[in-house]
Amino acid sequence: MLTITNLHASAGDKEILKGISLTINAGEVHAIMGPNGSGKSTLAQVIAGHPGYEVTAGTIEYLGQDLLELEAEERAQAGVFLAFQYPIEIPGVTNAYFLRAAYNEIRKAHGQPELDPIEFLDVMEEKLKVVEMDASMMQRSVNAGFSGGEKKRNEILQMAVLAPKLAVLDETDSGLDIDALRIVAEGVNKLKRPDNATIVVTHYQRLLNYIVPDHVHVLAGGRIIKSGGKELALELEAKGYDWLLEPVGA
Amino acid sequence: MSASIESLVNKEYAYGFVTDIESDTIPPGLSEATIRLISAKKEEPEWLLDWRLKAFRRWQTMTEPRWPNVTYDPIDYQAHTYYSAPKSVKPLQSLDEVDPELLKTYEKLGISLTEQKRLSGVAVDAIFDSVSVGTTMKSELAKAGVIFCSFGEAVREHPELVQKYLGSVVPYSDNFFAALNSAVFSDGSFVYVPKGVTCPLDLSTYFRINAANTGQFERTLIVADEGASVSYLEGCTAPKRDEHQLHAAVVEIVALDRATVKYSTVQNWYAGDSEGKGGIYNFVTKRGKALTGAKISWTQVETGSAITWKYPSVILQGDDSVGEFYSVAVVNGAQQADTGTKMIHIGRNTRSTIISKGISAGRGQNSYRGQVKVLPKAAGARNYTQCDSMLIGNRCGAHTFPYIEVANNSATLEHEASTSKIGEDQIFYCKARGLNAEHAISLIVAGFCKEVFKELPMEFALEAQQLLGISLEGSVG
Amino acid sequence: MSPLANYAEQFAATATAGGAEGPAWLPALRQRAFDRFHALGFPTTRNEDWHFTSVTPIAERRFKTLKPAPTALTGADVAPFLIDPSWHRLVFVNGQFEPGLSQFAGLPAEVHVSTLAEALRERPEWVQAHLGSLAAFDDAAFTALNTAFVQDGVVVHVPVEETVDTPLHILHVIDAQAQGAAIHPRLLVVADRASAITVVEQFVELGASEHLVNAVAEIVVADGARVAHYKLQREGSAAYHVGTVQATQGRDAAFHSFSFAEGAALSRTNIYTKLHGVNGEARLNGLYLIDGNQHADHQTFVEHIAEACASRELYKGILDGSSHGVFNGKVYVDPEAQKTDGKQTNKALLLSEQARVDTKPQLEIFADDVKCTHGATVGRLDAMPLFYLKSRGISAENAKALLTYAFAAEVLETIEVDTLRLELERAVFARFTHTALE
Repeated sequence: MLTITNLHASAGDKEILKGISLTINAGEVHAIMGPNGSGKSTLAQVIAGHPGYEVTAGTIEYLGQDLLELEAEERAQAGVFLAFQYPIEIPGVTNAYFLRAAYNEIRKAHGQPELDPIEFLDVMEEKLKVVEMDASMMQRSVNAGFSGGEKKRNEILQMAVLAPKLAVLDETDSGLDIDALRIVAEGVNKLKRPDNATIVVTHYQRLLNYIVPDHVHVLAGGRIIKSGGKELALELEAKGYDWLLEPVGA
Repeated sequence: MSASIESLVNKEYAYGFVTDIESDTIPPGLSEATIRLISAKKEEPEWLLDWRLKAFRRWQTMTEPRWPNVTYDPIDYQAHTYYSAPKSVKPLQSLDEVDPELLKTYEKLGISLTEQKRLSGVAVDAIFDSVSVGTTMKSELAKAGVIFCSFGEAVREHPELVQKYLGSVVPYSDNFFAALNSAVFSDGSFVYVPKGVTCPLDLSTYFRINAANTGQFERTLIVADEGASVSYLEGCTAPKRDEHQLHAAVVEIVALDRATVKYSTVQNWYAGDSEGKGGIYNFVTKRGKALTGAKISWTQVETGSAITWKYPSVILQGDDSVGEFYSVAVVNGAQQADTGTKMIHIGRNTRSTIISKGISAGRGQNSYRGQVKVLPKAAGARNYTQCDSMLIGNRCGAHTFPYIEVANNSATLEHEASTSKIGEDQIFYCKARGLNAEHAISLIVAGFCKEVFKELPMEFALEAQQLLGISLEGSVG
Repeated sequence: MSPLANYAEQFAATATAGGAEGPAWLPALRQRAFDRFHALGFPTTRNEDWHFTSVTPIAERRFKTLKPAPTALTGADVAPFLIDPSWHRLVFVNGQFEPGLSQFAGLPAEVHVSTLAEALRERPEWVQAHLGSLAAFDDAAFTALNTAFVQDGVVVHVPVEETVDTPLHILHVIDAQAQGAAIHPRLLVVADRASAITVVEQFVELGASEHLVNAVAEIVVADGARVAHYKLQREGSAAYHVGTVQATQGRDAAFHSFSFAEGAALSRTNIYTKLHGVNGEARLNGLYLIDGNQHADHQTFVEHIAEACASRELYKGILDGSSHGVFNGKVYVDPEAQKTDGKQTNKALLLSEQARVDTKPQLEIFADDVKCTHGATVGRLDAMPLFYLKSRGISAENAKALLTYAFAAEVLETIEVDTLRLELERAVFARFTHTALE
């Protein structure tokens, strides 16, 4: 589904990703772990098409297309979803309106008719249950005045509504208490299908107790320095990152 | 990103056409003779001519205000024409007699004056240059006892009402432009809603400047008697011309005990080109006086004019009276706006709310200037002010000049202001959900203006969103 | 004699009697300043910056320049004003330096602290480079007046990477000898790169007099330097006080200003700073407490010239009697000052029916990528907290006093010098509760 080959990316003069290669197949869950500043979030943002990063070398192929050729909204319409580490506030625009606008853009891109507010309500009702959210949340402005946990749940709600093929969760666990973490993780698990894939970017192993990865990659200094199965995450939890970092510096 | 913002905010002015019509236009220049001529053309009574002359003499002693945060070349008041009227317009004509060329003009502006096509639920007074072309729905209004007619007609038919209230809120000596207006005003609208009557229709005036080098000086007087209520809408457009044109209007509102007046404006005068050539100088005095338990609410969407100088205000004279001001002001290109409000709390337990949203793009300069004054006797007065600015691009400016003057300790005032830009991060977030940049920007701007748009009557809300090039469907609730 | 003629006569007299002392450039500077003052005249309320404050009472009083005279004040007289006796201090009585009451010998050798008079003798070129370089008098009549008449003051130079640990205390005592006099103190602080200093400038009165203090402070905060300036204006109720503090900040420079004002019949305090280097931080806080017929006007101006600077302002006023408070806070953001983060809060508490306040918080923004907010509130004490305290058995009067103190305490908390904070907390607590703070 997604093939990243020798990806280099910079922000300003600073190279952050220094040759990432990664293949993700439909039905898989990949965890990307690593210490702060390793480039995890940058990788997530580059996949989603953040304008602040310049890809200087390498390719990303997504379902047979050159992903890097697409604008951010075209990627979203093609089924790429980024759950933001810091979801953005849009005062004055209701969640309901925002979600329907996004939903209809994606339907339009696939030649499907747009849904009117009443039809959309039915779609919403079902999805709200996935993240245990109250319908009243839909009338609040997008993320404005939301608590940290509410913002993250709102991201997963958007994911549930937009039904992406490739979901990238950028530190979705950070700042969540255990209940919110459980709700978010269960939401992700419920949305898992054989034809979609998930990338979980995280600093901590904690989330992976709930979302069990098929593959774990450790990112440091802009490179993947180790890949393995879910047991690698447990090893990292026990030993930290230092034992992996030393050989790189040597 | 900035390219798409530019294209969004640089929409072509759609109302810039000129109507080719024969006009009765007096020569440029301003003297007592000009004023006598205007008064004679309008066949006015002596008292009104005297009032005009007093205003003119006062105006001659006054100087143009220099405190607004706007710059423009000196205005040569002798180079302007102070009266221009389509020759075909006769006093007291019925709408069936209106020149088809004029009807076509209003059709093009989206205002139908003919019986079949007019907006239901709205009565319209159409002002073309210096005169009223006609007023619709008069008979429907008459059934309710509501008087809605051109100012000239009011002077002829209801002189006692005009004489009683003219200048009672904005005296001719109030300021430079109000004095000028008082001297030379040519027409305008007059509204009287009798005691206890809720006006069955929204009333609307549509102002159109057509003639070149002609100033428009209309005067609107709205009187809501005790317990009455009325909603009034005002729209404005002008042709694209290379010269600046002067618009110095006065609006007076009298809300007697327990009356409610809601005044909404969508101002889209020609703004001039991006270099600042041409466009309307919009120097307007709007003020209402609210007596006991009365409420006056101003809502404005200001997108046009080269220069806007305008502070719709409320004198909260009676106890428990309420004043509101909701404003969206957009400047783009070389536009400059210095706009805001004054809330003067005189009575006890008076309340006022000010919500101002300024959007600056291009090289536009947007200033909010507001005064909230609580006089010593205004016990229990309350004001809430929120004024937010949004900047699009880095060549524009946003300025906030609030004056808060409190002389009663039981008053409660809160003022909040913020300035922000449309965030790159907000746009990226929307894009990551499948919206393109234009859609993202329109969504963010709509959200920013939401609190003001929801105060507009439905048909105006639609016009306002078209003006801003934004889709508000479902986001305004 | 017109007010201006009075000052012209005074200026002529000063120029012949010792005003011409010091380096040659000084009389020229004085003359320029006086000419400017004479051209400007005293500001009127038509001047937007003086809209709510009439200085007619100052102009009418035709204050005179004081002749140097020995003081009778002793260490015991000034002891109550020493916030912390261990601080280095320079004491001035009626504008005249009193070495016997001062003590600042233990400062690090590299740090220059002296009177202006001494600095003019010892490092005239250095003084010339800085004096008047910040406090422009083109549009500021009182600054021009100070520059024309300045007799003495304090000069502080903290060299690169030097930190002065204890606060430097500048104590101005005005006594009855100052009746009818105008005093023009001057302060110049230059904090070089990565240096740090705290200055406490205090104006107090011993024995009532009707006088004018017209103080000017210039503060240079170079790259990475940190300067805190505390201004305490606690003069008597017949005094007139105009004070201007003008700072400039370099890259990564931090300036903290705190203004406390409770004295004077009429006072005007200007706190201005310019953020010239990226990443600078300005914090301007203040508290004023007035009563009777007092008039207190505060004006702040933060100019964001460089990128990515932050400014924070919190000003509060508590007004009783028929007093009149004015706050005029301006934040300017230059087109180049992207990523500016500015926040200003102004709150006024009106304790009496006759008190009045005029507030004008202004934003002038020319850059698009900024975050600027201001908030202002005016009102009396909230009913709910009052009720809450009363429901716990506290008398109405005590509840009111306690909440009034709490209103002030929020600003006092921003004072980073512990002894000073405690001193002011005690004073404010006693003022409103008439009991001592535990």
